[in-house]
Formats: sequence, structure tokens, C-alpha cells
Amino acid sequence: MSENGLYPGLNLGEAHDDAHLQAESTVFGFWVFLMSDLIIFGILFASYASYLDPIGLAGGPGPQDLFDVKSVAIQTAFLLFGGVAYGGVSLSVKYEQGRAKLILWLLICAVLGAGFLFFEIKDFISQAGEGGTPQVSGWLSSYWLLVGLHGFHVFSGILWIIAMIGQISTRGVDDVVKVRLSMLGVFWHFLDLIWVGIFSFVFLATLT
Amino acid sequence: MSGETSPIVGNLDWNVTPYTDLLKHVDSSTIVGAGAASVLVLGAIAGLVLFTYMRWWGPLYRNWLTSPDAKKIGIMYIALALVMLARGIIEGFVMRAHQAMALGTLAQKESGLVAPDHFAQLFSTHGTIMIFFVAMPLLIGLINFVLPQQLGARDMAFPVLNQVSLGLTAAGAGLIMISLLVGQFGTGGWTMYPPYTGKIFSPGEGVDYWLWAILISGMGSTLTGMNFAVTIFKERAPGMHLMRMPLFCWTSLCVAIMLIYAMPALTVSSVMLALDRYADFHFFTNAAGGNMMNYANIFWMFGHPEVYILILPAFGVFSEISSTYSGKRLYGYTSLVIASMSIAVISFTVWLHHFFTMGQSAGVNIAFGIATMIIGIPTGVKIYDWMATLWRGRVRITAPIVYLTGFFLLFVIGGLSGIILANPSIDYQVHNSTFLVAHFHNVIIPGVLYGMLAGIHYWFPKAFGFRLSETWGRRTALLFVGGFIFTFMPLYVLGLMGMPRRSPTFQNPDFMPWMYIAAFGGVLMLCALASLCWTFWTSYRNRRALAVPGGDPWNGSTLEWSTPAPVPEWTFPCIPRVKAREDWGETKRRGDPWRSPETYTDIEMPANTAHGLLIAGASFTLGFAMVWHIWWLAILGVLAIPGLVVLRGMRVIEPNIIPAAQVEEEDRRFRQQVASLPPATRADEETERNRGVPDLSEFAG
Repeated sequence: MSENGLYPGLNLGEAHDDAHLQAESTVFGFWVFLMSDLIIFGILFASYASYLDPIGLAGGPGPQDLFDVKSVAIQTAFLLFGGVAYGGVSLSVKYEQGRAKLILWLLICAVLGAGFLFFEIKDFISQAGEGGTPQVSGWLSSYWLLVGLHGFHVFSGILWIIAMIGQISTRGVDDVVKVRLSMLGVFWHFLDLIWVGIFSFVFLATLT
Repeated sequence: MSGETSPIVGNLDWNVTPYTDLLKHVDSSTIVGAGAASVLVLGAIAGLVLFTYMRWWGPLYRNWLTSPDAKKIGIMYIALALVMLARGIIEGFVMRAHQAMALGTLAQKESGLVAPDHFAQLFSTHGTIMIFFVAMPLLIGLINFVLPQQLGARDMAFPVLNQVSLGLTAAGAGLIMISLLVGQFGTGGWTMYPPYTGKIFSPGEGVDYWLWAILISGMGSTLTGMNFAVTIFKERAPGMHLMRMPLFCWTSLCVAIMLIYAMPALTVSSVMLALDRYADFHFFTNAAGGNMMNYANIFWMFGHPEVYILILPAFGVFSEISSTYSGKRLYGYTSLVIASMSIAVISFTVWLHHFFTMGQSAGVNIAFGIATMIIGIPTGVKIYDWMATLWRGRVRITAPIVYLTGFFLLFVIGGLSGIILANPSIDYQVHNSTFLVAHFHNVIIPGVLYGMLAGIHYWFPKAFGFRLSETWGRRTALLFVGGFIFTFMPLYVLGLMGMPRRSPTFQNPDFMPWMYIAAFGGVLMLCALASLCWTFWTSYRNRRALAVPGGDPWNGSTLEWSTPAPVPEWTFPCIPRVKAREDWGETKRRGDPWRSPETYTDIEMPANTAHGLLIAGASFTLGFAMVWHIWWLAILGVLAIPGLVVLRGMRVIEPNIIPAAQVEEEDRRFRQQVASLPPATRADEETERNRGVPDLSEFAG
């Protein structure tokens, strides 16, 4: 089944050549979409860097005043463990461990993602309370947009997980659903990747 | 517009239409504004009446709006683009007419046909429409129609996504159109540079119309780019190696890659500007750490590749037609492939030449100036390749060849003025003058417009089963060439005389002779538009005489000419096995190209769906609600889009199966018809003897 070396975890069955070809296009298309998305983040990272100077800060609060590295570390843990948990989803699909287990793993991912969002939003609220709203300076605008967009992606990922749970319960784990789960996996790990960038570049680099 | 925002209708009230302006104050400017709105309203009413009277709504919905067929989506894109083209050309004419009367004095500065603010709206909508809603839909439409057929594929990789892309583009175009009637458009030009377009200097709905039209249609273009790329990489017929693809497919691949990488920059700059305007962020404001130069930077990171997104499909068309209409193989295939890809890559390294005067160091300017000049090299290679293709061929002077000749003459001039502008020290002298206006029209009109019109003329029979009138096609082409020369050559002179672009008025009487020439050119452009419409109409009336059921009216050599005209929904009765570059030509050379396939199988086609239409409706609603601050409606629009996607995901969607028997019957009928039709020689190509079956003995290329 996987002698063509494509997406070995998908488990679309021996005789499903067409399904495999279609899956190949679909998953490849999703990778292309993420490349495009990555450009958006790339430009936002560059903008963040360009606003990170005294002019961009415009006398408002800076990284040292606003960032709480402990909370950021907790967020990182939630998100990365969420990524690990998605491995459970992929394995359940691969070894056909049944709907219940699959949904359980998806729920774990969603909960870990929600935990990340909880701490992130808590941070945003406390930063706003300390005078760090995006309306204060160019740097804060770029910070809120970059980190906020990543948070929005996580939120969309959670919605997607819920939609997938809905699909698994109504239509079962058919080929289409398996391909979608595989794309969701790519997306979910992509968010980890972006976060590694944000964590190092937005938080660590400015705090050192 | 009143100061208060109503919770129900937002900022909308009865004072937003141009009719209220006309009632308040009657002058030529408000008459033009109300006239344009009336054309829109009357056009819409006429369309509604026509469709109802002819009972076209059902067929329109079933056969077109809900169709995921890339060919039909392509035709709809082109139809949209032609409607927008009509508006764009008329706006261009109004601007020319205005400037021909705009000579003011120091005492009385303002004169002319329209008010300065109205003039600013005109050049802003003209630019926005021509780039985003004429050029883009034209090329995306043409690629949609041609690409799968040339690759030997039945459809795009993601047919429904394709439909969604069309819907998003149409929603953006709808927002631009409705701005004629409801409210004002922005006055910041097609680039909408802040801080002028920020909230402080441009309150009101104008810039927001632009922002939402761009954000929505830009999303559609990004998705289209992905669709093209995946189609080219994954959906080629067996044996269609990359280096066997027709050149048009190669340029489509370049376009796809550039859309994927360039459109996000536009999305980012527009989102940032929207946040500045709606939520008081400080990306591009003057105060609080904003930096407007960042806007120019990010915008042109998109904007420059965009220029080549526009031009490369035209290069693809010229590659096809220069070969077909000269009956020769394309000269220098490999060099054309390398040149196209080089242009695609280098186009990402030159964006800074759009703001040489922004204040960066001379070293930076020089680096980008040199990169800009380097792009001229692959472009030059292409021009020579096409000329070498025509050299000693049996060239038929058809309408596309007239466009090609006009392109050769004019595009080279435009390219050379580009090389002049690429020199930063010269750019300092002529930037922001009509010299620049002349330059970019000089590359975009002969490049994009001629290329796309030539492509439409070339592939029209494949779509509708009859040729376009060559006589009227040539007249249209000549009018567009003449119209271009008279309209824009004077602008070079005016620019060197020191006339700034976008001037609603000026005080130098020496400008006037050139202004009159340019206005005459504007009249010619209007005639060209009328002639284009007439070409379609007269060809439709003579469709029996012009019919080419054999499907190969130009003795072509690429796969799309092997099928009937009009091409059936499934395109190929069985997926071709490609054995050579220009496979159809090779098949002809071997003799008996119309052999029927040995077996027929059931064909799976994507089922019709209203998904794209619903997404288009939701995004138009979202855009319109955001422009007018109707928050409840905007929230509904925001929720509707993911809601529609999720609902569609829950359903198991069965494809539409076309039984083998039906395919076999239609295919056999086509092959019998081909056998019964008399072959036409190239000399007979324009006459009624051309029924779409070429004389194979003449096929040399």
C-alpha cells in the first residue's frame, strides 16, 4: 500500500489507487496553502522586527514591561504537547483503532490547544491592563497582530478538530475523512512551528 | 453621511447616492457621477429583464453558476473581466476628457469636466478595476479554460475551490461596482498609500471599499494559484513530462507560484491598513510609531510580482499563437521555459524600484536598479524567440497576429522606458510624472490586454464552437493599437515636460496640444471597445457560417485541438497518453489523428454545487457590512463562511458519473463528423470552408 512512499499513515486500503492519487493532490495542495500562510507569518515577523526600535515603541511599554516568560513557557508546553497528542490521532488512523479512540485523541488535542489559548488570552488581557494595547504604538500593533494571528490559527484549528469529530461521528472514518485528518495534522504541527519562531524571536530574543 | 452610526444600517443613509449630490448641486461632475450610477442601475435592470424574459435564470443557475467545470469557470471569469473592462475604459476616457479641459489659471485653479475629488475617485477605481478585476480575471479565466485541456486533464485539482475563487473575485468586483451607486470610492490611487488613506485623512467608506474588495478577491487569487500549481504538478496526463508541456502551461505554472508567494503580502498590507482604520492600530500612521514606508514596502512585495503575474500568461499566449499561425514549431522552447522561470524568480527581487525616492541609501537603490534591468534580459530572449518562430513561417495575418505585431512594436518601447526608469537617478527626475503613467500602460496594454484578447480570439471556437469574425477582430486589434499610441505616447512627452500624474488641473498651456492628442486616443479606445463588442455580436449572428465542429480551426499542435468544438464537459473521452512535446501535432504527422479510443469507461466529474455561490454571497455581505459599519450583518457574514464550509464537510458528496455509453455515442458522432467534413487548407482558414478540420498535408510545424 505504501510502496509509493506517500503518506504511509493514511491507510486508505490496498485497492484504493484512485483514492491514493486524490489524497496525494489534496495533501500536496494543503502543503502549498501552508507555504502561502507561512509567507504571511514571515512578513509579520519582519514587520515586528522593523517596529522593535525606539521609534516603533513610541514611548509606550516595551517587551521588558509586558512579557511574562513563565506564562509563555506554559503556553509553549500546552501547544507542543498538543502537537505530540496529534501523534495519537495519526496512529489511531493508521492502526484503525476505532472511532472512540480517535475522537478521544482529537479531544485531547483540542483541550491542550484551548489551554494554550486560555493562557495567551490571559496574557493579552493583563498586557492591555498594563497599558500595552495595540493602539499605543507601532511595535504593539505588530506584536498583537503577529501573536494574535497565531492564536487565531490555533482557534481555527480547534474549530476544525470539532468539525472533524462531527464528521467522524456522522459519516465515519471514510477515505475523505482520513485525508482531512492528515491535513489537520499538518496544520496542527505547522502551528507548533510558527510558535517556535514566536517564542524565540518575539519573546526570548527581546527579553535577553 | 451623518455622524452617528446606526445599529441597524450602520453609516448608510439616503445621502450616499450620487443622485443626492446631483440634487444638491448640478454641475458636470455630479452629472457624470449620477450618469455612471444610472448606467449601473439601468444595466442591472436591463439584465434582469432580459434574463427573465428569455427564461435564462434556470439554465444560468444549473449550467453556469453551480458548475465546478474549470472551462465554464474560466468563461465566467472572462465575462466578468469584460464587463469590468468596459467600465475601466470608459473611466479612462472620462479622465482623458477631463484633462483635455483641465487647463486652469493661477487665479482659478479648478476646471474641467469633473471635480478634483471625483477625478481622484476615477483614477483610483480605474487602476483598481484594471489590475484586479480586468487583468487578473482575464488571465485566471484564460488559464482555467486552457490549462486542463493542454495538460490532458479533465478538470482542475480542486474544482469546488475553483468555484469559490471565482465567487470571491466576483464578490470583490461587486463591491467596486456598488460603490458607484452607494457612497464614494477611495481617492488614494490603486495602491492606497497611507497615511493619506488612514482614518485621519480619509474618513468615510471610500478606502474601505477598496480594502474589502482587495482582501476578498485577493483570497480568491491565492486559492486560484494553489489550484493551478497542484493541477500542473499532479494532474498532467501520462507522458506529459514538464518539458513536454506547452509554453502556456509553463507560464501558468510561473503565475501559480507567484500568486502563492506574492498574494500574502497584499493580504498583510491590507489587513494592517484595515486594522489602522477600524481599530486604531499604528502600523502606518504618522504618530505613535507608525511607519507608512512599511506599507509601500509590503505592498510592492506583492505589487511587483503582480506585474509579472499579469504579463506571463500573455507571454504564454504569444508563444502559442506565434507557432500556430506561422505553421512552425516554437523556436527555442527550452530558452523560453528558462526565461519564463527567470522572470518569475527575478520579479521577487525588484520591488524596491517602486519607491526609489523613499530615502534609502544609494547602494540599495543601485542594487534594485540593476536587478530591474536584469529582468529585461529574459524578456528580450522571449521577444527574439517569437520573432524567430515567425521567421520564414507561413504567417497568416489573423487578429491574434495583429495583436502580436502590435505587442512587438509597443511592448519593446514600454520595456525600454522601464529600463530608463530602472536607473535611480533618472527615476528621481521623472517619478510621479505622466512619464511613469505612460510607461506602465505601455507594458500592460500591449502585454496583458493584447495578449488576453489574442488568447480569447484564439481559443474562442474551442469554447463556443464558432470562430470570431477575423475582419472585425483585426479592426478591433488595430483600434486598440492606434488607441494606445494616441493616448499614451503624448503622456511620455507630458511627463518629460514636468506634468505630475493624477493632476486634476494644471496651469501650463503648452500641455494642451498633447492633451488633445491623448483625448483623441481615448476616443479611439472607446471605438475599440465598441468594436470588440461588435465582434462578439456579429460573430454570434454568423455562428453557422463560422462554425468549426471539427474542433481544430487553426491547424494547432497542442492537445486542446484534438477535441470537438465546443468542447464537451469531460474534455477527453479517454485521457490521452502523451508521447511527445506538441503531441497533437506529432499525432497529425503520423497520420489519422482522429482514431477513436479502443475502450470507453465511465467518467467521474465533480457534481454541481451552489457552494461557491453561497460563499460569494456571504463574503460580499461581509465586505459591504464592514464598509458601512453594519456590525450585526458583518458578524453574520463572518459566521456564514466557516459555517458553509463545515456543513459541506459533513456531507458525503457523490461525483457525477457520465456513463461510458453516452461518452462513446457522442465521441463516435464527433469522429464521423470529422470524417465527413472537407479538410480546409491554411489559405481557406478565414473562409466558410474552415469547418475545424485542417488539411493534414499542410502540417509541417
